[in-house]
Parts: sequence; structure tokens; C-alpha cells
Amino acid sequence: MLRRIISIMLIFLLLLAGCGRSDDDAEGESVGGEGAPFRIAIVMPSSTTDIAWSQSMFDSLKAVQVEMGGESAMEIAFSEGMFRVTDASAAIRDYASEGFDLVIAHGAQYGNSVFEIASDFEETSFAWGTSSDTGKERGIQNVFAYGAAANEGGYANGVVAAMLSKKNVIGVIGPVAGDAKLYIDGFVRGVTDIKPEAQVNISYTGSFSDTTLAAEAAHVHIQAGADVLTGSAQQVVGAIGVANESGVAWLGTQSDQISLGPDVVVTNQIYNWANVIADIVAKVEAGELGGTAYKLTFANDGLRLEFNENIDIDDEVKEAARSAIENIKSGEVEPVLLEDDEE
Amino acid sequence: MVDELFTISTLIGILHSCVRLATPYLFAALGETFGQRSGVLNLGVDGMMLMGAFFGFYVVFEGHNLWVGVLAAVVIGVLMGLLKAFVSVTMQSLQGISGIGLYLFGLGLSSLLFKTMIGSVEGVSGFQQLAIPILSEIPGIGHILFNHNALVYLAYLLVPVSWFVVNRTTLGLKIRAVGHNPEAADTLGVSVNGVRYTTLMIGGALAAVGGASLSIGLQNVFQENMTNGLGFIAVALVYFGSWRTVGVLSGALLFSLVNALQLWVQALAIPVPSEIAVMMPYIMTIVVLAFTARQIQKPAALARSYERGE
Repeated sequence: MLRRIISIMLIFLLLLAGCGRSDDDAEGESVGGEGAPFRIAIVMPSSTTDIAWSQSMFDSLKAVQVEMGGESAMEIAFSEGMFRVTDASAAIRDYASEGFDLVIAHGAQYGNSVFEIASDFEETSFAWGTSSDTGKERGIQNVFAYGAAANEGGYANGVVAAMLSKKNVIGVIGPVAGDAKLYIDGFVRGVTDIKPEAQVNISYTGSFSDTTLAAEAAHVHIQAGADVLTGSAQQVVGAIGVANESGVAWLGTQSDQISLGPDVVVTNQIYNWANVIADIVAKVEAGELGGTAYKLTFANDGLRLEFNENIDIDDEVKEAARSAIENIKSGEVEPVLLEDDEE
Repeated sequence: MVDELFTISTLIGILHSCVRLATPYLFAALGETFGQRSGVLNLGVDGMMLMGAFFGFYVVFEGHNLWVGVLAAVVIGVLMGLLKAFVSVTMQSLQGISGIGLYLFGLGLSSLLFKTMIGSVEGVSGFQQLAIPILSEIPGIGHILFNHNALVYLAYLLVPVSWFVVNRTTLGLKIRAVGHNPEAADTLGVSVNGVRYTTLMIGGALAAVGGASLSIGLQNVFQENMTNGLGFIAVALVYFGSWRTVGVLSGALLFSLVNALQLWVQALAIPVPSEIAVMMPYIMTIVVLAFTARQIQKPAALARSYERGE
């Protein structure tokens, strides 16, 4: 009997140790200061260090925190790795009931949960993306929506890829068909506008986090002749590792990926959510809890294309990227979707 | 476009990808075979792999030799195996549930250590491609089999080694006896718990090296949950291979072959919807399992804890 009890306790401890990480991280942050800081909670599908979607938001939150005057002015609590919507939904509800001023649900898959919970907590402000739906038509007043015009940076990266590629074969590694469509469509458009003859091979791993398959996909693209690669979601770390080892150029998106391939990551399209967050915070403090949909673009400085300073890149390439961005800003080039449908 | 798939260079590419992709599955599934042959089901393989991936990576990241990284993975794998053995053999807890606990433990701890000890996703210089002289010059076969990194060769070397240990050594005989009839083995003076501790430590070490084969061999980065459930597929491969090392090898190769094929199909823009393509390896696995299930030689005492005099 004793043995059974001890073993059950051991299993429980193992489970506890396994699940404890997000709480751990949040705890340190969630101790409130005296001056009633603005309290933000965020629920993310992957980790804060995914060098992609989640990190782009987390880094922006941290930047806003510094700007506002540190932890005493703004508190950040977070739950990462919430890939399962039911877990995320429970976390969102917990944060709302704990009295956070703003609860961010950082994933399109959380939409239904957000609207359901938002109507139960009308005094709390919510934000979610990728989306442009604030629920206004359904009478919901306390939800913000946000998204990124990933096709714009995709287009600029496509231009760079076309200029860099000598073999005119370019490989793209997507996560789940449909998810990165905006970025990939923009990318393909950018390539073909510069080099109509170039071939863009696109493969999907069917997962956001399968770094092993993404790495193998990179090998396959390289063997199939590609000399420039790009891809999206947190799975790309595996692919960048392979690009780095093979000396093949990589074009990043969502976050800064240079640390993984200092010699091969040529550009990064960076999502900068700082203006969006700052604006939401200002609105919430002024009593406006929702109703605005934001979109990151080159024009509003939400998107940036950053070149790797450590690599010698032809001025011609940089110039082409710069003029592509200017043309997008002025509306001269529209990096529209190739097929006429939504993201 | 479909013609492109059947060119010699593409076929060589597919087989080369297949051999490389099978590496982590082989390490983990061979390790799991030892445990299951002795009667212990370990569903914590994925957690062990993550711990191995992290420690292997961390040691190399700190500037040590790649083989020291592999050694670190072995040590952590043995410790994880000991933990699993303590919970399921000594404390006799349910093997399935304690394995899931171990998985979550490995997943959580490797993420936590990564956050605190490294902090951001970084790259290292891992095992480089090591073309074996002369053999790698053989047209076709040379590139497919003899142009990989050292850990890939090690994984394939482990197949005959494991076969030999299980089928031709005293330890192997004890493992099989304990897995089939622990009571009888015990009466003959074989330490049932001792054998099970040994197999779980071997299994842990191999799973952890399998994890390291990703973080310092195939991808050269560490990311939280980078195995992405690969360890669970490894457990399935043991069933798939009917607890025989050669069966495990064929399973790992078949699964990887279909995976490599689907990646090539997509990269060559052959018009197959990507959703179908990524499903192919799993469909194939189910089909083969359905046809091979009857030949199963399952260890009779699998997932049963043993207590003397029960």
C-alpha cells in the first residue's frame, strides 16, 4: 500500500515538474508594484524564444515595458506553448478573472475563446490576432484585433531572393498550408516580378513545430537546386541550421533570425508590434476597451526589412529591396495575393 | 513534373534523405526495444530525447568537443532511465502513466534549463558530413549510405550491435527471459529488477543520443520541444517492428522513406495537395501495421510489473 502511495506521489511530482514551467516564468513577473501598473497577460501558441511569431510579440511587449518605465509601470504575465486551444482558453479566462487590464490571445486559433470570454468580462480588454475581427457587429465592445501584412515583407524578401539566386531556384518551407499563405504569396510575387523565369518550390511540413522535418525539407530544396531559402513559423530553426551548414542564403520573417545563421541570414522581415501595443494601452487607459483592428505594414513602421550587417551584400540588392518597399508604401506595387482569396 | 521524381538524381536524393531522417528514430526505437523486451513499456522516450538534445547541445555550446556532448547526452539518458526504472520497477507504478509523467518532466525541464542557461535560440557547429573514403565514391549507393555525419553511422551500427546483444549474449538471454516469464527467470536466479534497470538505462542513453543527433548533428540548434513527438513514433516503431531490431530498422526506414518522398514531391511542385503529402508516412504506417499485426511476438510480461511471490 505504502509503495502505491509513494509511486502515485512520484508520478504526481513528475507531472507537476513537467507542467510547471509557464507558471514559474509568470510568477516572477506577476508581482504587482505600488503604483498600480498596467497589467498585460499574453497567451502564446509557442515559446517566447521561438524566433518567430510568439517572440515577435513578446519582444515588442518588453520594448513597450521599457518605454513605459519598467515593471513598475507595466506588468507582463505570459503563458507560452499553449498550442492546444482548450488550454489556452482556460489560461485566457484565468487571466481575465485575475483582473488584468489587457489579455492578449496571440493566435488566430483563439478567436472563438476570446469572444466567448470577452462577453463574460466586459470590464477587461482583449486583443487577438491574426485577425481583423473585433466582434463589433455582434455587439462586443472590448476586443481589439491585429495582424501583419506579411505579404509586404514577403514581396520584399522575394525581390531579394530573385536578386541573390544564381541558379534561379528558390525554396520555401511553410508550416501548414494556408497559414503562411500571405507571406508566401507575397514572396512568390516578389520573385516573379524581378525574375519571371525563376522557379519557386514550396513545401509544407504540416506542423508549426516539426524542426526535424523542416531541416530535411531544407536539405531537399538544396539538393533540388535551390540556392536561396525562406520559411515561416517556429519550425524554421531546423531549416536555418541546415542553411547555415550548407552556406545557402536564408531570408527570415517575423523575428530576427541572424543569431542562428550569422553568415547566411541575409534579411529579416521584422514584426514590430510596439506601436500597436502602445496604442491599445493608451486607449484602454482612456476607457476605450476595444473596437480597433490594427495591421502592421511598411507604411506604419510595423514591418521592417533588416539586412544582416555582417554580410557583404551588393548595394544593387539592397537598393532593389528599398525601392520595392517604397513602391509598396506609395501603393505603386501591390503585393496582392496571387489567388483572389483571404489569408 | 512527375517525370522529375523518377530521375536518378532525385531517387538518390530521396534515399539519402531517408537514411538521414531515420537516424533519431533508430536510436530511440532501438533503446525502447531493450526496455520492452525486458517487459517495461517506456512512453517517456520523447522526454529523454529532449533532455539528451539539450545537454548535448549545451555542452557543445559551451565550447566542448562534440563527443563530449554525446557523452553528456549518454549520462543524462542513463539518469533518466534510472528515474524511470525507480518509478516503474522499484515502485511498480503503472508503466504507461509514469512514462507520460517522465515525458512531461523531460519536456518541462529541458525547456526550463534552456530558458535559464541559454535563453535564446542559438546555433552551434555540429557533426559535419563525413564521407567515408572509397565507399562514398561508389556511384549512387556511395552518396546514399556513406555521405552522412558520424551519428548517422553510429545509429546504423547500433542495429547489428543491438541484435547481437539481444540474441547472442547472456545479457540478451536474461532480457528475453525477464520479458517473457519473469517468475521463471527469477527462480533461475536472474535478477528481474536488475535486468530491467539495465535495459531502461540503455534505452535512456540511446534515446538521449537520438535527441543529441538532432541538436548537434542534423539541425545544430536547440529549441523547446524540438523532438515534436518523435519519441512517441519511436515507441510505435517498436510495435511495428515486432520487437525485433531488424523490424525496427525496416519500420524506421519505411517511415522515413515515405517522409522523404513527400518532401521531394512537394519540393518538385508535383501537384499533390500538401495535406495529403504530409499524411503519407502515417497512412503508410497504419497500413503496414494492419498487415503485419498477426506476426507479433510481444513479450508476454510487457507492461507488467514484477513482485516476487505474487
